[in-house]
Formats: sequence, C-alpha cells, structure tokens
Amino acid sequence: MITDATDLPVLKPFRLSCPLRGEAGPAIPLTATHAVVLVFALLLAVSIAQAAAAPAAPPILATLIKWTPLLAQGFALNIAMSFIAMGIGTALGFALGLALISLRRPVRGVAWFLTEFFRNAPWLVLLFYCMLLLPFELRIGDAIIPLPGWMKSTLGLSLAVMANVAELVRGAVNSIPFGQWEAAEALAFTRMQTLRMVILPQCIKRMTPPWMNLYAILTVGTPLASVVGVSEAMTLTGDILAAENRSELLVPMYLYLLLWFFVYCYPIARFTVRLERRFQVR
Amino acid sequence: MMAWTPDQPLVSIRDVHLAFGQVQVLNGISLDVMKGGVVCIIGPSGAGKSTLLRCVNALVPIDRGSILVEGQEVHDAKLDKLKLRRKVGMVFQQYNLFPHRTALENVMMAPVHVLKRPRGAVEQEARALMRKVRLEDKEGSYPGELSGGQQQRVAIARSLAMQPDVMLFDEVTAALDPETVKEVLVTIRELAEEGMTCMIVTHEMGFAREIADDIYFTDRGVVVEHGPPAEFFASARDPRTRQFLSQIL
Repeated sequence: MITDATDLPVLKPFRLSCPLRGEAGPAIPLTATHAVVLVFALLLAVSIAQAAAAPAAPPILATLIKWTPLLAQGFALNIAMSFIAMGIGTALGFALGLALISLRRPVRGVAWFLTEFFRNAPWLVLLFYCMLLLPFELRIGDAIIPLPGWMKSTLGLSLAVMANVAELVRGAVNSIPFGQWEAAEALAFTRMQTLRMVILPQCIKRMTPPWMNLYAILTVGTPLASVVGVSEAMTLTGDILAAENRSELLVPMYLYLLLWFFVYCYPIARFTVRLERRFQVR
Repeated sequence: MMAWTPDQPLVSIRDVHLAFGQVQVLNGISLDVMKGGVVCIIGPSGAGKSTLLRCVNALVPIDRGSILVEGQEVHDAKLDKLKLRRKVGMVFQQYNLFPHRTALENVMMAPVHVLKRPRGAVEQEARALMRKVRLEDKEGSYPGELSGGQQQRVAIARSLAMQPDVMLFDEVTAALDPETVKEVLVTIRELAEEGMTCMIVTHEMGFAREIADDIYFTDRGVVVEHGPPAEFFASARDPRTRQFLSQIL
C-alpha cells in the first residue's frame, strides 16, 4: 500500500488526491507570490547548477531550451488527459449526483457507495487498477478501439473526477432553498421538471467555481500517470535527465516542469476566485 | 361520490389531524370556503395556519380527517396531486420566484411546461397578468432586481397564470417592508373583488376585516371561533381570541 510518507518525487502529487469536501472546496491556493518564488527558484537553481557543472558542458539554460519542444509535447498530453478525464468524469458525475438525490433508497445507496469509494480511493491506485484491468483494445462488432496506456490512465482519473463531481452536484442541489422546490411543486411541476427547469440551472452557477478548482487539481494530478509509464511531461523529464546524464540538471529540470504546470493552472485558479467572488454578490 | 356543485363549499376541511413527530400541529381543524368566498385565517404563530394551507394542495400529507377540493378528496393515496395543484394556486411568504428566469418567464413557465399550452398564447396572457399586478414595465427584470413587494406581485401573477379555482396566500406580506405591503394587499383585494376564491393566512387585521367573508381564529391546531368580520372583531367570545386581538389591535 502506498502511504504519504515516501521520498519518491513522482509520488508527491499524491497528496492532491485529498477529496474536495463540501460544496465549494477551497480554491487551489496559488498566488502571484508563488509565481515570483518559482521563477526566482528556477533562476537560482540554474545558476547553482551552472556553477556545479563541468566547465566544458553546455550552459544549463541552453539545455532547458533545447528540450523545451519535447517537454511541450509531453505537456500537451497532460492537457489532453485532463480535458478528456474532466469531460468523461463530469458526464458520469452528473448522472451519479442525480442518483445520489434519487427518491429511491436502493438507487441512492448504490450511488452513495460508488461516490464514497471513488472519492476516497487514492488516484494512483485507481490508475493502477485501470492500467491492469482494462484490455489494450476493445472490440465492438468489427470495430476495434485501441486503448493505449494514456487513455486507460485517463479513464482512471475520470473515476475520481466522477465521484467528486457527483458530490458537487449533490451539495449544490441541497444548497438550493427548499422554497424553490415547494414553489415548483405548488405549480404542479413534476420532480423531473423541477430538477431540470428550476433546480439544476441554479446549481450550474454554484458548481462552476468548485468544478474549475477540481479541474486545476486534476491537471496537476495528471503526472501521476508517469508512474504507470505514460509518456507525459513528467516521464519525459525523467527521460531527458537520463539522456543528459548530468546530475546538476536534476533540480532545474524539475523546477522548469513545475513552472509549466504553474503557468497553466494559475490563471484558472485566479479566474475561479473571481467567479466565486462574483457569485457571492448576487 | 357525488359530483361537486358550486353551491357546496369549494374547499371543505373536516377534522384534520397532523403531527410532526411529537408535535401535534393540526388537532381536528374544520373549515369551509365557498366558491368566490374569502376566508382569512388568523392566530398566534405556531397555530398551524401555514401547515393547513400546505395540506390543501397536498404539499404536506395529513394523518387523519378529510380535505375536499371541489368534491375531490385530497387525503387519498390515489389522488393525482398534479391535477389538484393545477386548481389550487399558492403564494408564499418568501415569494420563491425562480431567480434564474425573468419575471415574465416566471409567469410563463408553468402554463407552458405543465399545461403544455402554446407559447404565444401563454405569453399574451402573461403580459396581461403583469399589467394586472401593475408590473408591465418589469417583465424583463430578474427577481433579484425587484423589490420584495414587486416580487410578491410577480408570484401572484405566476400562480394566476395556471388559472386556479382557489388561491392560497401564506402570510404573503410578512416579509415585506411596511410601505410595500399595501401594493400587495391591493392586488389581492382586486382579485377577491373579481370573485376569486381565497384562503388567506395573515397578520394584517385591518386587511382581514375589510376583505374577508369569514374570519377563522386558530390556536394549537384547532379553530377557536369564526364568523363574519364585523361580528368577529366586535364580539369575540373566547378569551383566547380576545387576548390575541388585544395584543394585535
């Protein structure tokens, strides 16, 4: 079993699997200060590494730039994985969330179990399960759908997203004042009509900030796929370091990778905070 | 069951009991509302007035007794609740407008989606209703942009759009500023004058005296006494009624 206490760098994002509790979890705590610190740390690391490097070796900054296109390729896969996992997870999560508020007890029970199970399962464990349990291709009639490793790990991540979105839906529905249900009922709306026309449209707005927050957390969680051998940015960084075989590159390289994720997630985090503030006013 | 005719009470409540857990909310309450009649229900808070209204359109199921709306038993597991609710309009203390829709859309939603009536005709009627509650210039406003009194009038228009046979008003002015209370009461009085059957739970004694055909004083889930307003206010017999009136008037 994997625990938090590990010194493997690849397992560090593991703490991000801590589930979003409540309706609106705290926004991912990124501020502009983090960016400054990060850039400063990168520059510091580059210069320290430069000092430690052999005199004949090419400069550190040049090496980073040289590998940037490859890193960008890997990062594109991270983004693709986050998009697909978010899409699948949101669709499934909505269905599961509606099952959570079903009037039928058995439906609610099953949905509750699935939600709690996937919400509290470590993401990495889900990834391993999907990696090992899913076939490498699916045959539906004559059509063969290949399931490459990155797709399988994306499905694993979607399960975690699904459970978190389900909980968001449930929380948002419960946060709508009871008077809305009563008013719709008094106007002879059926339960389905009430949900579709009155409750859910109001939920979407409430759910958007925590949903974006979940997306940012998912994106920084995609490097987990490196553990199961997907060639995303994290894996490629390892490959690059192996190819260069220069120990002084280790710190600047990983910091560089960190910067990529920061640059992508920071605007999302800021936008989430802005949205949260705007929705609070009304 | 005999068919309902307009000379019988439109709403007939007989010996209704209801408990929430240990708390007996309704304790054998009985009252009648004739077609076109206006009944005001008054009484101290916790008397079960709001709960009684919710029982009439089956928002709250009752334990025992009988509630007939146009001869149809509400306290019946086989009852088509949606059909009943089309006949019974309800306006709430907190307005409960749908905040994501404009005032006009709030009025139109139920006729379009519940009654499945054509949009064009519904829209015309909705505009007429907005004029009736004197908010024709607020059709495109969202509930958040309206004052409490305006929201409550939209809520009245929204209920009327279903063309109900009876309207239930649940302390509709209790959450309003004093200066906007009047505009809502005027709207209700106009409705009553047009012959709409109304059951009104209210704390506005002056309004009740002016508008009601019958005033019911309830306390602890029973009707303590009732009568036409002039008689009721002049010569209340029961000490509980007299005490309540002396506190309020």
